[in-house]
Amino acid sequence: MSYVTKSPWIIHYDGSSCNGCDIEVLACLTPIYDLERFGIINTGNPKHADIFLVTGSVNEQNVNVVKQIYEQMPEPKAVVAVGICAASGGIFKECYNVMGGIDTVIPVDVYVPGCAARPEAIIDGVVKGIGVLAEKRAAMDKKPAIMDKKPAATVQTEDNEEA
Amino acid sequence: MNLTTSIIGITAYLILAPVAGGLLAGIDRKISARMQGRFGPPILQPFYDFFKLLEKEPITVNKVQDFYVMCFLLFIIITGCFFFAGGDLLLVIFTLTLASVFLVVAAFSSNSPYAQVGAERELLQMMAYEPMALLTAVGFYLVNGSFNVADAVTSQVMAIQYLPGIFLGFVFILTIKLRKSPFDLSMSHHAHQELVKGLTTEFSGKTMAFIEIAHWYENIFLLGIVYMFIAYSAVWSPVIAVIVCFAIYFLEILIDNNYARMKWQIALNSSWVVALTFGFVNLLILYFIG
Repeated sequence: MSYVTKSPWIIHYDGSSCNGCDIEVLACLTPIYDLERFGIINTGNPKHADIFLVTGSVNEQNVNVVKQIYEQMPEPKAVVAVGICAASGGIFKECYNVMGGIDTVIPVDVYVPGCAARPEAIIDGVVKGIGVLAEKRAAMDKKPAIMDKKPAATVQTEDNEEA
Repeated sequence: MNLTTSIIGITAYLILAPVAGGLLAGIDRKISARMQGRFGPPILQPFYDFFKLLEKEPITVNKVQDFYVMCFLLFIIITGCFFFAGGDLLLVIFTLTLASVFLVVAAFSSNSPYAQVGAERELLQMMAYEPMALLTAVGFYLVNGSFNVADAVTSQVMAIQYLPGIFLGFVFILTIKLRKSPFDLSMSHHAHQELVKGLTTEFSGKTMAFIEIAHWYENIFLLGIVYMFIAYSAVWSPVIAVIVCFAIYFLEILIDNNYARMKWQIALNSSWVVALTFGFVNLLILYFIG
């Protein structure tokens, strides 16, 4: 079994959430829920993270941030969209600046519905995300060439191309 | 200490230190969690983290930083080898400094602002603990008439009887070296979202795993110095020394969980003040009386 399932580190990003879901994400780390008992750490660094936890929808301002965080995360990685805004745009869907759910810009593996999503649901979503990580890890073993083809600093390459 | 015991010491350190260090880190996380009223991760969690980091996709900003991190790990291991071979304590402390410099250079080399702030903080921390570390070596010289670790642990006297101030001072800087609050300014175990994790910002995957294992090697070697204070020629002293090592580590966990992080100025000033009062005064007294 892959070790990635035993130590999934999370990076949490607030897209344009109302902070309802963010409070619930942080509640998962409190003594009542204690995510760390699964080896989960809330890192602040995409380069250390395995699971990308996004709350809120994508808008014109943060689209590049969401993409960059995703691209800076090393494989295997999973994306968990927390809350209905992250899933579809939710109540903000029709806003002039909102582009929609997270899946409009990056591939999402797990959707956690709710407004706000309950800590139990978030933990459930993260645990599902761990399953996705295990699958992706297994896929990496099957075709190791994927690691050579996709250069690590994807963000940098794109910048260079633009320059 | 003859060649055979040196080789046994080195081999045991190379094989057992990462295992013991990882277990210690696991127990540390568990105890910290319990102190905070949480259940906490499994004891083996640091090993899971380590192996996970090894199997992640390698991402590096520039190749040279991996080289420096490898040098950091190598020199930490060499430091421990000198120590457990019963070598010269001064050499051990200078090799440790060299190792830390490699880590700082690795962080600087990435050109990331967070890593640079982390590297600067690490330099300040080194400045803070370095005087006390040197005074520790001098203290052992005054007691045993030799800088050799082997002579200290086979000495006729218990070092802590003559060096209580040095011991307190060393425990004080141990907080910096074990990366515990209030002085975990550059590579904290907690606060992963904050600047105090800055040093590791650009390290991921294997590189990060090497830093972890270097940290385990380093912790065991640092507890080795604590062991030196207690152990002497008496048969029962190693047992007491190991118990004291565990007690000191527990004390560090307690301090870690009870103190907020302080500014670097306080870290620097307080550790120099402690080095001067506890360390230097202890040496003076020893010099004039002994």
